Amino acid sequence: MRPAFGSVNEPRISENQLPPLSCSIIEHSGDMSRLIATIRLASNIFVPRLATRTFCTDAPEKLNDVPSGSHSNKEPNDDEGLPQHDIAIVGGGMVGMALACSLASMPLTKHLSIAIIDSNPALSNGPVIKKDDPPDPRVSTVTPATISLFKDIGAWEYVEQHRHAYFDKMQVWDYTGFGYTRYNARDADKDVLGCVVENKVLHKSLLSCLQNKDIKNTIYPTRLSSISLPTRSSVSSAGASASNISTKNLANLAKLDLSDGTNLYAKLVVGADGSKSRVRELAGIKTTGWNYSQSAVICTVEHPTENFCAWQRFLPAGPIALLPIGDNFSNIVWTMSPKDASNHKIMNEDDFVKAVNHALDFGHGPRPESRVFGGDVISSFFRPDVTSSVHERFEPPPKVLKLASDRMAFPLSLMHANQYASKRVVLIGDAAHTVHPLAGQGVNMGYGDVSSLLNVIADGVAVGSDIGEVTLLKKYEADRKTANITMMAVLDGFQKAYSVDFGPVNILRAAAFNGANVFAPLKRNIISYASGELRLPFLS
Amino acid sequence: MSRRMFLRSLYQIKSLSRSSGLAAFQPLLHNRPYATTRQPAASASSLNQTELAKFAAIADSWWDAEGPFKPLHVMNPTRIAFLRSTLCRHFGKDPFSVRPFEGLKFVDVGCGGGILSEPLARMGASVTGIDAVEKNIKIARLHADLDPVASSIKYRCTTAENLVEEQMKFDAVIALEVIEHVADPAEFCKSLSALTVTNGATVVSTINRSMRAYATAIIAAEYILHWLPKGTHQWSSFLTPEELVMILQRASISVEEMAGFAYDPLTGQWSLTDDIGVNFIAFGIKNSL
Repeated sequence: MRPAFGSVNEPRISENQLPPLSCSIIEHSGDMSRLIATIRLASNIFVPRLATRTFCTDAPEKLNDVPSGSHSNKEPNDDEGLPQHDIAIVGGGMVGMALACSLASMPLTKHLSIAIIDSNPALSNGPVIKKDDPPDPRVSTVTPATISLFKDIGAWEYVEQHRHAYFDKMQVWDYTGFGYTRYNARDADKDVLGCVVENKVLHKSLLSCLQNKDIKNTIYPTRLSSISLPTRSSVSSAGASASNISTKNLANLAKLDLSDGTNLYAKLVVGADGSKSRVRELAGIKTTGWNYSQSAVICTVEHPTENFCAWQRFLPAGPIALLPIGDNFSNIVWTMSPKDASNHKIMNEDDFVKAVNHALDFGHGPRPESRVFGGDVISSFFRPDVTSSVHERFEPPPKVLKLASDRMAFPLSLMHANQYASKRVVLIGDAAHTVHPLAGQGVNMGYGDVSSLLNVIADGVAVGSDIGEVTLLKKYEADRKTANITMMAVLDGFQKAYSVDFGPVNILRAAAFNGANVFAPLKRNIISYASGELRLPFLS
Repeated sequence: MSRRMFLRSLYQIKSLSRSSGLAAFQPLLHNRPYATTRQPAASASSLNQTELAKFAAIADSWWDAEGPFKPLHVMNPTRIAFLRSTLCRHFGKDPFSVRPFEGLKFVDVGCGGGILSEPLARMGASVTGIDAVEKNIKIARLHADLDPVASSIKYRCTTAENLVEEQMKFDAVIALEVIEHVADPAEFCKSLSALTVTNGATVVSTINRSMRAYATAIIAAEYILHWLPKGTHQWSSFLTPEELVMILQRASISVEEMAGFAYDPLTGQWSLTDDIGVNFIAFGIKNSL
């Protein structure tokens, strides 16, 4: 079913556009068969006439040497009728749609014609999200940096119409009971630490935002099967042999073949199609990474009262996180070994709820003691400079009453593409990098990619560049690679630090933990970095 | 150089050009080792045959972003940013428009492979690109035909003087990184001026004849980093900003703005700066006579 949006069509070069020479022949012949013969003759002459019109009259060009017979032997090139777009975004998920919306919201880029290729039916005529829908277990924590991106593109107002939960407090502790950290947005002079939103809400908001914007976009509800990218040899051979300017132009663009048989051309192909990206595979970009021997179980649970804080407890097998998502619901992300994950997925609901409460509170180790400020020698040394959250007592997390959704389990891994850009192809979001969910950074890194790519494309358009040129795309890569690799290193470091259960390591870890809690500048730095304000940690 | 020092020196340069005591600068302009002898006025040309041969030899690699023209490709967005801001301001165009130069006629003198002409065409200008090397024009046309917007560029293998004889006029005459390769820069500037309509824009960029430029543009770029083939530039052919302003002034063009390009080796990016010590670009307006 073709969607309602317009699409770009190149005008066909029709037989009506004969050069003047053949027109005069037709005038003088009255016979139909002679007319047909002259049309054929005209098409043979068409080749060199076009060539002399466009090239220097000083010296004969190589193109004049093309024998006129070869043109009529070639089958008429029907590629001229295919749609041509400026940018083809493969994958219309949260990150792909955000790129489309942000291109639509900048004055320098809103004239670009965009094609979105995704077979998800939600894109064409998705159901409206109702307020009393049960919460979806797939949620994301968006950082303040992402919230400001959404506000800039005008999509945040749609998010606020659905279920979402801002939180300004966070408590992190572990099973050893050696200490706890409480983060408060006020420590870094902010209002919120982040907002937890269901993925389908984010996606639907971006879709609504795009529909209300005045940009030429076409949604192709199908999958990508292959891409032909221009190589130097294909471009120069097209230049030497083709007679039509439009065919030469097409040889320099990326051609996408979709699984329903349609084809289209694009100046730039954006791979936003997730961790098993087909675009990345077709562009021949290799990845580096490893699997964590962990899986995450996610579900939504209900509390007796509303939850306003984000909780994370590190257990020997992996952290369990409890994130508020609005009303009395919270989302659980529980990392554990793959075997345990499949057990927890299928065990009966009451047992699962008991297991969750056990993991959040007394399981595996004691509760940390509430720190009474002033009693500790080290803390009193830093008295003038501590943040207010150091005073806060340890709070036990809220009790879970019951399960409110299905449970899902996913294997976790780290992946990073060796390059983000090659000729006419660029990768964003999970196609370029995947991380452990322990700090809620994954999709936020993807939105960082969107901001950066948007700026790079806008700068390119401002100076008249070809947006598919590698030199331009490498600027995006240079910007994001450093930031993404640093974040991945930090998260991987945390994951490895917490996967060791050995006495001295536990104590060292707890000491670092408590230090991070007490040292105000370090805490502010951590909060700013996790909020997306700082590109690199520790360099303010 | 701080902003104040830069403005003061620009003021000094402008006042210098207006005063009459300029005899001291004259010898330098004619001291060109490879200059051809002055030809009769009828076929006066600012071409330098040795320079042309140098460019003809590497013509095939114009569009190879990693080849001998890589520095030009990397510097291009910065030069165009300067053109965009000065020309939009001068012609009163909206800088946030995608095609701000719609309706304006530009000529890219010494266009080479069309590295500057194509972006200008994408920004809406009707561009004529001229170059004295036939091979360059061929390469430029072949590459421009790959993009329907760029295929509207008119490339001609000719010189600025020939265009003057044809009495062509343009809204903006742009000659970037050319003047250091011509035999007679003063005559060249007169031709550029003749091609510009009254109150039109003339933009010239080149390399300063300073010690720093010798160290960076010649020793570092040609001999150490191998960015450019050895012998691409001759230090004695460089012009100082004062000289350029003066010869443009004599050709009825008053320089309004000048900027420099600085290269940051850590990020590999060029940026616009007030420092005109090495690479600099000058934007001038044709006086109404």
